[in-house]
Amino acid sequence: MVNRINGGWVFILSIAAIAGCSKLEPAAPADEAILDGPIAGLSGDELARFLRGDVAFNDEVFHAGNGLGPVFVATRCASCHAGDGPGHPFTTLTRFGQWDASGNQYIGQGGPQLQDRALPGIQPEQLPPGAPFARFLPPLNTGLGLLDAVSDADLLAWADEHDADGDGISGRPNWVERRPYSPLRPGAVEQDGRVIGRFGRKASAYDLLQQTATAYNQDIGVVSLFEPIDPWTREEQDPEVPTATIHDVVFYLLTLKAPIQRDANDPNVVAGEQVFNTIGCAKCHRPELTTGPSPIAALAHKTFRPYTDLLLHDMGPGLDDGYTEGTALTSEWRTPALWGLGLFPDSQGGQYFLMHDGRAHSIEEAIGLHGGEGQQARDAFNALGTNERSALIAFLNSL
Amino acid sequence: MRQAVIIGALIAACGATAQVDSTLLLLPATEDTMAHRRMNMDAVYNRPFLTFDKMPVSVGGYVEAKVEHLGTDGVSDGFSFALQRMTLFVASSIHQRIKFLSELELEEGGRELSIEFAALDMQFDPLLNLRGGIVMNPIGAFNQNHDGPNWEFNDRPLEAVRLLPATWSNVGFGLYGKRSTAQWTFAYEAYLTNGFDASIISNSEDRTFLPATKANPDRFTESFNGVPLLTAKVAVRHQAIGEIGLSTMGGVYNRFQQDGLVLDKRRRVDVVAIDMNSRVRSWGTAFVGEWAWVLVDVPDTYTQQYGSRQHGGFLDIVQPLRQARMLGFENVVVNVAVRLEYVDHNVGRFRETGGDIGDEVFAIVPAISFRPASGTVFRLNYRHMRERDLLGNPPSLTGGFQFGFASYF
Repeated sequence: MVNRINGGWVFILSIAAIAGCSKLEPAAPADEAILDGPIAGLSGDELARFLRGDVAFNDEVFHAGNGLGPVFVATRCASCHAGDGPGHPFTTLTRFGQWDASGNQYIGQGGPQLQDRALPGIQPEQLPPGAPFARFLPPLNTGLGLLDAVSDADLLAWADEHDADGDGISGRPNWVERRPYSPLRPGAVEQDGRVIGRFGRKASAYDLLQQTATAYNQDIGVVSLFEPIDPWTREEQDPEVPTATIHDVVFYLLTLKAPIQRDANDPNVVAGEQVFNTIGCAKCHRPELTTGPSPIAALAHKTFRPYTDLLLHDMGPGLDDGYTEGTALTSEWRTPALWGLGLFPDSQGGQYFLMHDGRAHSIEEAIGLHGGEGQQARDAFNALGTNERSALIAFLNSL
Repeated sequence: MRQAVIIGALIAACGATAQVDSTLLLLPATEDTMAHRRMNMDAVYNRPFLTFDKMPVSVGGYVEAKVEHLGTDGVSDGFSFALQRMTLFVASSIHQRIKFLSELELEEGGRELSIEFAALDMQFDPLLNLRGGIVMNPIGAFNQNHDGPNWEFNDRPLEAVRLLPATWSNVGFGLYGKRSTAQWTFAYEAYLTNGFDASIISNSEDRTFLPATKANPDRFTESFNGVPLLTAKVAVRHQAIGEIGLSTMGGVYNRFQQDGLVLDKRRRVDVVAIDMNSRVRSWGTAFVGEWAWVLVDVPDTYTQQYGSRQHGGFLDIVQPLRQARMLGFENVVVNVAVRLEYVDHNVGRFRETGGDIGDEVFAIVPAISFRPASGTVFRLNYRHMRERDLLGNPPSLTGGFQFGFASYF
C-alpha cells in the first residue's frame, strides 16, 4: 500500500508540475527592453496580419530550393534585422554606381547593389573597377509606420536648404523617383515628377513597399511582381515570393511598435536630454514628430519621439564616400532616428556598429564622426565636462 | 531560483533508496549472431521481440508520446500533446547465421513513415559479419541506440537531432564484428552507403544542418552524387569500466558533375564522434555521453550563415533512487537524471569583424523517470534551454515541463 502511494506521487507531481508549468517558464522580457512587438491599438484582424508578416519576415528562409539568389547578400529578412534592430557588418550592403543626381550609371553592371554572395557553383558579383560605392548597414525596423505617416508638409516645413536662419543647419528632402507600384500617400508633394523619399540611409526609398520589394530583390535575390528583374540574369522572371507575402511584410513593418524609452525619469537621463537640446543635437535629431492620417487607425494622428527630421544633411568630407542615391549629394545622409539606440547592441552581437556603415563602435565615436552640419554639435560635445558628457550618453542609451 | 527550489522539491519527493534498472540492460532480445557481450552497436538486436512458437519470425516495436508546456521568452503555445513516434521491428532468422531485421518508424502521428533499418546479416565469423540493405550508420552511440524506452528524457539529444541526423540510415553494405576476452570486448563496424546531399548547406534551418538530407525521398534508391559515404566505428568495452567508441563518417555531399559536365569541385562532409557509457557499480550511477565534430567544405563565396565547422554533445547522468514493488508492479525503478547538452552550429569568426559567430544552444534537463517494467518508462523532464542567434545576441530562453512515456511492445 505504501509503495502504491509512493509510486502515485510520481504521477501526482507530474500532473501538478504540468498544471503549474507556465509559472516555471522563462518570463517575457520587459516591453521596453526589446525592439519587436506590435504597436498598441491594432484590431484582431490587424494583429493576425502582423503575425503573418512577422513569420514571413523572421522565419521564412530562402535557399536554393525556393528562390535564393543565385547571387544574394542575405538568406532572409531577419538576417539583416535581428530582433528588428539594426544590422551587423555580416550583412552590410554595398551600393555602387551613382555619384550625382543623374542616376545610377552601373545598372547594367549589377548596380545599384552588390550581391557579394552566391550559391555554390555560381560566382558572386564583383565591384566594377572605378565604380563609386558606399557600405550601408541595415537600419532599425521599428516605428517605421509612424515615420511613414508624417506628412510631406511637415518635412518641407523643417527643411532649410539654404540655411535661411543661419544656424548652420540646412536639411532638405531627397527628391526621388516613385516606383509605379508605390501609391502616393495622402497630401504627397511632387516636384518635377519626383516625390520625397524618407527610408534608407540616403532617404532614397519612397515607402515601405518599395523598401520591402527592393530588399527581397537586391538582398535575397528573390523576384516579385513588384521587382521582377533577377539581379543575376538581369531578366524578368516569374515571382518567387507571393504578392500577398510582400504586403504582409509591409504591414508588419508599418505596425512594429516604436522603441520605448527606459529610465526616462532618471535625473542623469533628464540632465542628458537637456544637454542634447543645448548643444544642438536636436536641430537635426528632431525629438518629436506627429503623424497625419493613416488607413491604420493605430498610426493616425500620433505624437512620437524618434529623434529624426527625415531630411538630408551634409555630414562633411569624413562621411563622404563618393556614392549617392536620388538627388542627395554624396556627403548628405538622412538623419537616422535615435530611438532604440541603447538596445542596438542586443541586435548587433553585443556591441555597437553605428553610422551608415557601422564604422563607429560607441556613441562617443559616432558623435566624433559628425562633420559638416554636425560639426557644431560635435565641437560642443567635445567641450562638455565629464558629468555633462556622461549625462548625454546616459540619455542616448535610454532611448 | 524559484524554479530551482521547485525542481529540487520534486526530486526530493521521490525517495532515495533505489538502484538503477539493471534489467533494462538485460532485455529479452532476439539472439544476435554473436551475442557474447552486448555493446552499443548491438542495439538493433537488443530489443524485446515477440516470437510465435517455432516460427522464425519475431516482431516488436515501441511507442513514444509526450505532453509538454514550453515557453520561450514568455511566449507559450500552451499544452502540446504528441505521439512522437511508433516503431515496428520485424526480425527473421533465415538460417542460424543469416538474419534479417527491419525497423519501420511512423513519426508525427503517422505523417512521416520511414524505413530506418532493413538489413540482412550473414555471419562468417564473430569477427566477420556481412551486413547489407538499409543500415544504421554507426556514428556516435545514439544513432544506433535511439529507442525511446532506453532513455530517461522525452526529447532526443540536441546533438543527435541538430548536429547529426538521428536515426541516420542509408542503403549500403559493410562489415562488422567483435571479439571478447575475459574483461575486454572489441568491436568494429564499417559501411559504404549512399550519403549526404547539398541540402546540408541549403535548407530552411538557415544553417549547416546534416539532418536536412533525411528529407530527400530518393536517398534510398540512388546516390546524390555517385560517391559513397564511408562510416566506420571502433569500440572497446571493459566489463567493469564501460564502453568507449570512436567513429567517423565522411563523403562528398555536393553534385559536382552532371551529364559529364563538371559543376563544382568535390566538397566533403566529415564527422568524427566519440561516445561512452559507464556505470559506477557501488552507486549504480550511469553515465552516457557523446560528442561530435562536423567539418563541411562550404564554398568561400557562399554565406557564413552556413558554418564549415560544428560541434556538440550531451552527457546523461542517471541515478537510481528506488527499486521496489509499487502500484502492483513487482520491480519498479525510480531514477533521477540530468542531461547536459550543447551544440555550436557554427564554429568560427565573422570575416567582416573577426567576432565570434554565435548560433549555439545549451540545455540542461533534469528528469525523474518511473519504470514499472524494464521496457516501459514514464518520465517527467524540465527543459531549460538557452539559444543564441548567429550574431551572438542575448539568448532566447526556453523552459517548461515535459511528461511522457515510452514503451516497447
